[in-house]
Amino acid sequence: MALLDVKNLVLSFSGLQVIRDLSFRVERGTIASLIGPNGAGKTSVFNCLTGFYRPGSGDIDFNGHSILRRKPHRITRAGMARTFQNLRLFKSMTVLENVMSGMHCRTSAGALGAILKTGSQKKEEELITSVSEECLSFVGLLEQKDRRAETLPYGDQRRVEWARALATRPRLLLFDEPAAGLNHDEKKDLIALILRIRDELGITILLIEHDMGLVMKVSEKITVIDYGAKIAEGTAEEVQNNAKVIEAYLGSEDEDFL
Amino acid sequence: MAKPIPSTRLLGWLRPQRNRMIVLTVLAGVAMVIPLVANNYVLEVLTNAWFYAILCLGLNIVVGYAGLLDLGYAAFFAVGAYTTGILTSKFGVNFWLTIPVAVSCSMLAGLIIGGPTLRLRSDYLAIVTLGFGEIVRIIARNLEITGGASGLIGIDRPSFLGIELSRGIHFYYVFLLLAILACFISYRLQHSRLGRAWQYVREDEDAAEAMGINRVAVKLYAYVIGAMFGGVAGCFFAAKMTAISPETFTFSQSVLILLGVVLGGMGKIPGVIIGAFALVLFPEVFRGLGSMRMLIFGIVMLIIMLYRPEGIWPQRQRES
Repeated sequence: MALLDVKNLVLSFSGLQVIRDLSFRVERGTIASLIGPNGAGKTSVFNCLTGFYRPGSGDIDFNGHSILRRKPHRITRAGMARTFQNLRLFKSMTVLENVMSGMHCRTSAGALGAILKTGSQKKEEELITSVSEECLSFVGLLEQKDRRAETLPYGDQRRVEWARALATRPRLLLFDEPAAGLNHDEKKDLIALILRIRDELGITILLIEHDMGLVMKVSEKITVIDYGAKIAEGTAEEVQNNAKVIEAYLGSEDEDFL
Repeated sequence: MAKPIPSTRLLGWLRPQRNRMIVLTVLAGVAMVIPLVANNYVLEVLTNAWFYAILCLGLNIVVGYAGLLDLGYAAFFAVGAYTTGILTSKFGVNFWLTIPVAVSCSMLAGLIIGGPTLRLRSDYLAIVTLGFGEIVRIIARNLEITGGASGLIGIDRPSFLGIELSRGIHFYYVFLLLAILACFISYRLQHSRLGRAWQYVREDEDAAEAMGINRVAVKLYAYVIGAMFGGVAGCFFAAKMTAISPETFTFSQSVLILLGVVLGGMGKIPGVIIGAFALVLFPEVFRGLGSMRMLIFGIVMLIIMLYRPEGIWPQRQRES
């Protein structure tokens, strides 16, 4: 059974259909990508998956259960974590504190535990710190853990987001344009990291990406959408040679305004 | 301007844990000894300052930690005061037994008002809490059990270990201890999983939600804990005054408490205490100015907000 099964998803904003009858699957242990020209609705799909948008119809099965119209925090708890296209770090907090936020949904200490500093609360705090540090060391940022997140260079801020997403103990990681704004070397590191997350940590990955080089290199399955509808699906080669895809990206021949 | 230099130097000196403990011990010692040397007037003013410190620390959890603008905080303080007032004066319940009831009532009030409204974004919350504050005051003004516009009188003075708490000095220590307890609880909460969650939600609600944090629950937590602080302060307020009236719990009271929090520095415990003291001491110290003093108080506040928008207490500096 697929880890993520999106069925006939429809999303409209005041009558305008942004996602049209979209279906796709992500199998366990794979790296899948969702691509499409600007404005094709990729991020909207992510927002539906993670509960930020409420689809009009269709269904989303995750790990055997429907997560349709569930609240974002419950979806994260069910094991789906995301990063944002535009960085959404907790800017004035330290790198470590940022990553610790991911552990929130896996821990439970409440006000009373905090006030009395009970044994279990202390143990939990230690666990939160140690797991968060592990996540930071996985993305190679452990030395920066006490810096304020906003003082890091852009590329490192992206890594903080990845570490933070890892700390939620996800089954499926959704990366929204992880390569945006990264330089050549950072992109190479990113590819290595994506492969390590899948191979070493066994986490399934779904990417949205503009950088075709990156998508073609890492994805085992690519879904192409345009105007909110699926136009092609398959491996990198299959998609690259698909006439509809070429048309969507480059325009058909009779359109010569570009 | 040479002013900022000593403050950062002072901070550098305060930073090591050991020095901070010495400073805290000295301050606590001074606070303990003051009533032995102060006259009744000074004692009364300082008691009032500690009382406001408790209220400001409670509101600080809502405004400073969770970033929710609450314009009706006096309502929780009223719920606490009226619960104790009604139970002791009309039903003869022992004062100490009214505290858990008052705390439960203010918690319940927090849940009722916070539950539905904390789903809204914060601007709406400010309006709803403002309305809530007025509703509580008007209810108190119109019900028979709350004594109507003239309020309640004859509220029992509590006794502790056989001593009736009646003199100013007793209440000074009561409020001092409560303020220390409030600091302790605030500190522990701030540096906990819950405290971090408040900060996450305050900085970026959507990102916090994407990290699996239930933002409504986390905010409700802050709101209810803040309400409990107000409720407890209200209990002891009623016991100290032995009489309460609805006019104690006006909108301007809520604004005053909020002012203490913002003035001293939101989210910073020493700042909030300084804010509360500034609030109480300033009008007293400048009593000689007569009716001009509120005007001057206003101008001073404006200046502080213009030059130190983050409050009087300096921002925590992190080593980068």
